[in-house]
Amino acid sequence: MATRIETQPVATGAAGSAPGIVIDDVMHEYRPPRGRPVLALDHLQLEVKEREFIAILGPSGCGKSTLLYLMGGFMPIQHGRIIVNGKQVTGPGPDRGIVFQHFALFPWKTVRDNVLYGLEKQRLPKAERLEICARFIDLVGLRGFEDSYPSQLSGGMKQRVAIARTLAIDPDTLLMDEPFGALDAQTRSLMQEELIAIWNRSPKTVVFVTHDVREAVLLADRVAVMTARPGRLKEIVDTRFPGGLDPDIVRTKEFIERVDYTWNLVREEAVRAEREK
Amino acid sequence: MTNKIVITLWRYTPLLLLAAAWEAVTQAHLVSQYALPTLSGVFSSLWTLAGDDLSYHTSRSVARGAIGLGAAVVFGTTAGVLMAWYRPVRLLLKPFIQMFYPMPKSALIPLTIMWIGLGDPSKITLIFIGSLLPIVVSSFNAARGVDQVLIWSARGMGATERELLLEVVVPAALPEILNGYRVALALCFILVVAGELIIANNGIGFLINFLGEGGDYKGMFAGVITISLVWFLADRGYVMLMRRILIWRE
Repeated sequence: MATRIETQPVATGAAGSAPGIVIDDVMHEYRPPRGRPVLALDHLQLEVKEREFIAILGPSGCGKSTLLYLMGGFMPIQHGRIIVNGKQVTGPGPDRGIVFQHFALFPWKTVRDNVLYGLEKQRLPKAERLEICARFIDLVGLRGFEDSYPSQLSGGMKQRVAIARTLAIDPDTLLMDEPFGALDAQTRSLMQEELIAIWNRSPKTVVFVTHDVREAVLLADRVAVMTARPGRLKEIVDTRFPGGLDPDIVRTKEFIERVDYTWNLVREEAVRAEREK
Repeated sequence: MTNKIVITLWRYTPLLLLAAAWEAVTQAHLVSQYALPTLSGVFSSLWTLAGDDLSYHTSRSVARGAIGLGAAVVFGTTAGVLMAWYRPVRLLLKPFIQMFYPMPKSALIPLTIMWIGLGDPSKITLIFIGSLLPIVVSSFNAARGVDQVLIWSARGMGATERELLLEVVVPAALPEILNGYRVALALCFILVVAGELIIANNGIGFLINFLGEGGDYKGMFAGVITISLVWFLADRGYVMLMRRILIWRE
């Protein structure tokens, strides 16, 4: 039973100048050429503070990636509005950097040229571009691989390139769509630690979509748990631990309890999603 | 290096066996020499022709093919990519593609002769039309199939529409586009010879026809072998070029 969404005219002008992200009454419906429309997001309301690391967690198909793509400006917003740092989202822009699950590197470009691409679009002088590029390749530990093509790299290395490429253009907001979902367990855990280290050095507003509960609780300040389709906000779990983002917190009792609590929230929704299939 | 030569020889063993069988069967007079001349005779004829005007006819054929194919590459790729990227272009061109694609292009020979005349322009037009369609279709499919997230990430980094097309869509589609050129290369040779067989006063197709009508079957076979060899070398050369261009693939 999908309700039809009326396309709403987009209000122009600044709508609140508070930094951070405001997701206001967003709905999204997929309309396949054949078959009935599917409501992916339903009256979604969420606020993300500036420099907050928020994880969006939910069963598969709950519309969490859709929400991220809407924030990225890649799909038209059918209903409601999204405001990022005081500006209403109407299209993609370099103020919001995105990292995809399957890396989305340009396979015909070397590591260096992949990282340089965004910098060229920013029309920076050449010397500056090269300097920034080298710095971020260093940051993700890929010095020596500048001239390699993505096909010559492992999954973890590819995702490092993608992260370097996104960080290099210095976006205020980082949108991450299950960025470690395609990696093996060891690489994933390593990358989580590195992301924490990078974020500690230069905190940005991060929206991190995942279906991995432990990852969400470990990385995020808050975890927004979504309901099964159509996606709504179920509950926000505070997952900030004293002592900041220390990788050792995973052994503390609070951490384990918080993971369990969040797990139960997601499980309820996953069970519901299964039943409705 | 020697190892590589040995492997190559092994790979073409079936061809060598065929050649040996051909020679044996014809030497033993198991088939009439009018149906099939001896292979050694064909090669000696090839040698004679090579000293005469074989290279002239070959170069005429290659020139026709190159001009027709070159034009098809330029127009076909542009049309295919633009069709994939802009809906109005797609709506305008798609019916023509659907109509012309299944049509045997050699059926157009009398028409091109009637409209454009007997000379090179009509043959080149035919080659152009014939090679154009596989190029348009492969370029269109390739450009349509470009991964959405590549386009999104370029757009997110601030690429304009034009930059997206030239810096993302075209390179991402390149492997499939280049495969389309290879198909067109094969079709182009077929149409070169077909056009020359029907009416021409030079080119390999003309030579084959001319020698055949004069009863020189060895020479005729030598012509067939020449055009096959030229196509084979062109194809091999193209595959090598393609590998160099697509060096970034694993």
